[in-house]
Amino acid sequence: MSILVNKRTRLVVQGITGGEGTFHTSQMLAYGTNVVAGVTPGKGGIKYKGNEKDHFNRAVPVYDTVADAVQHEGADTSIIYVPAGFAGDAIMEAADAGIKLVVCITEGIPVKDMVNVYEYISKKGVRLIGPNCPGIITPGEAKVGIMPAFIHKPGRIGVISRSGTLTYESVWQLTERGIGQSTCIGIGGDPIIGTRFIDAIKLFNEDDKTDGVIMIGEIGGSAEEEAAEYIKKNVSKPVVGFIAGRTAPPGRRMGHAGAIISGGKGTAKEKMDAMRAAGIRVVESPALMGETMKQSLAKKYKAKYTIKAKKKSVSKKKSTAKKSNRKKKSTPKKKR
Amino acid sequence: MKIHEYQGKDILRKYGVAVPRGEVAFTVDQAVDGAKKLGGSVWVVKAQIHAGGRGKGGGVKVAKSIDEVKQYAKQILGMTLITHQTGPEGRLVKRLLIEEGANIDKEMYVGITLDRVKSRNVVMVSTEGGMEIEKVAEEHPERIVKEHIDPAVGFQQFQARKLAFALGLSSGDVYKNAVKFLMALYRAYEATDASLFEINPLVITKEGNVIALDAKVNFDDNSLYRHPEFAELRDTDEEEPLEIEASKSNLNYIKLDGNVGCMVNGAGLAMATMDIIKLAGGEPANFLDVGGGANAQTVENGFKIILADHHVKAILINIFGGIVRCDRVANGVVEAAKKVHVNVPIVIRLAGTNADIAADILKNSGMSFLVAENLKDAAEKVTKALAA
Repeated sequence: MSILVNKRTRLVVQGITGGEGTFHTSQMLAYGTNVVAGVTPGKGGIKYKGNEKDHFNRAVPVYDTVADAVQHEGADTSIIYVPAGFAGDAIMEAADAGIKLVVCITEGIPVKDMVNVYEYISKKGVRLIGPNCPGIITPGEAKVGIMPAFIHKPGRIGVISRSGTLTYESVWQLTERGIGQSTCIGIGGDPIIGTRFIDAIKLFNEDDKTDGVIMIGEIGGSAEEEAAEYIKKNVSKPVVGFIAGRTAPPGRRMGHAGAIISGGKGTAKEKMDAMRAAGIRVVESPALMGETMKQSLAKKYKAKYTIKAKKKSVSKKKSTAKKSNRKKKSTPKKKR
Repeated sequence: MKIHEYQGKDILRKYGVAVPRGEVAFTVDQAVDGAKKLGGSVWVVKAQIHAGGRGKGGGVKVAKSIDEVKQYAKQILGMTLITHQTGPEGRLVKRLLIEEGANIDKEMYVGITLDRVKSRNVVMVSTEGGMEIEKVAEEHPERIVKEHIDPAVGFQQFQARKLAFALGLSSGDVYKNAVKFLMALYRAYEATDASLFEINPLVITKEGNVIALDAKVNFDDNSLYRHPEFAELRDTDEEEPLEIEASKSNLNYIKLDGNVGCMVNGAGLAMATMDIIKLAGGEPANFLDVGGGANAQTVENGFKIILADHHVKAILINIFGGIVRCDRVANGVVEAAKKVHVNVPIVIRLAGTNADIAADILKNSGMSFLVAENLKDAAEKVTKALAA
């Protein structure tokens, strides 16, 4: 029940021996993420168990290059915790080594580097999440990022957001209401990012384990409008949206490099209007994201679950045990 | 990072972009000396502030004699220039650019920036010089011609030719000069890690020269570490004093005009918190992202910055504790509030790791914090605090 990462993910951590890399690897390991290797150039050959502050629950083999980690450990996904000046290079190294999904946490990568990186990975057919993002988590299966694990709960709602803590806020609102998440992706706050709303929406739309999506945008750019256009034409799952920065003044960067209204474009109002026109339930207050999703699900679920029940008897693709189990899990959601 | 026009032109000149000769002046005497040094019979006296629309606001004057240079320099230096980009409070003019006059035949536009949709740089030209490009884009999008840059090979001659032809600069010296200008301009953009070049107007002189009559140059903040030489171009007079103060404490602060201060971790949540304040009937007084490590020191610095703005009638602290534990934040808030005399109501909402312990700490602190259960409750408490 997920997109992009799951129990089978074989993760390599680039920059594993650094402070950030060590701390977050310890957290990812504790969550049960399948971390198969680390990379720190010059430290290849050691088995790393963390530092005096942060201990790993098991040793992770460290390699000099991502290519080595792929060859020896079969790594297929990478997470990057290297400083901004070297992060673009790290993304390209992962892409060159045959990694298919690269998650870059690093904030502050020069735009010029990212123009080149974007071109490079597009040619290689590699998916990048971020940079300047909290990462991606499939609750109960794999945490590939820096998000606090405990706020999540396995379930059937996808979350996509340009922000970190605002993602946590929405996830927490869902979890508090007993609504679990299929996968949560922080796509990042930079002007150039690898995976945009539209890409993530497509994946969630095609994922039969995702029943609805929360989409959290912010001022700047036009990625929300682009996604709204797609949703209008292709998505029937309930989508709840919020755009941060209605009160942000034009011409000022609001923390994120990409959060800026320039030339009167990229305002929250434009985005909210486009999203509403696409049938997305846009909330005015970020306090209402979870509640609105709950209502949307209740409305949709009634009809949908009856249809599903019928489908179940017809389709023999998946085990009935699993399905009924899931159904049991989701029933109280509606009532709570 | 924004720089002044004269600084931008100095940089362009280095890369072979044609710009008028000019002299910077901080005093009237320097303006007169500069004009004499330039020679000729026509000079332009230009206010140097980090905002557009200076001409309309009275910050750009053409002088026909040295006496007029003096007169205009006196008039503009020290004036508060109000343009559509400065806001109603305007900007105090402390620097001038004295430039040789140009024999203008046509005014056009060229800009270079990142196209976020394509994740590539784009060079844009338009025959509509002197107008705001956003307006042209809205009213006559067909008059803007774009060339996207393939990062693998960079800006190519044929692209410069296409743009020159699109501007109607199709033969003779003016065509050659236009291609040369565009090539040099892109070279400068790449070399300086710029995020925006705007030459408006780009001028075609009666002699067939192609020159940058104005230059708006912004650099990518993330790349500044590669360009230590740009540090001296920073003009702190153009920045909000409180923002400079905040940046010293590593706080990401932007001053706004409202009455409710806020302190939040994370940029997205900070913007969302501002939106909540508005919904609660207040106006956000600032954007403040304290980042991942919200400890007593950062909270104390945050309080000081927020309270330095006397319009603040209440403060909303909104922290989502993930990696950072709420009980630590709560202790930090209590400690900081004791140190800094806070005379406005403080609404606190702490969620996430150890939020329960944090709530107890705040309740037992003996201070009158308004502790909110969730975002909705926080908004209501802000409304109440403002009404009181």
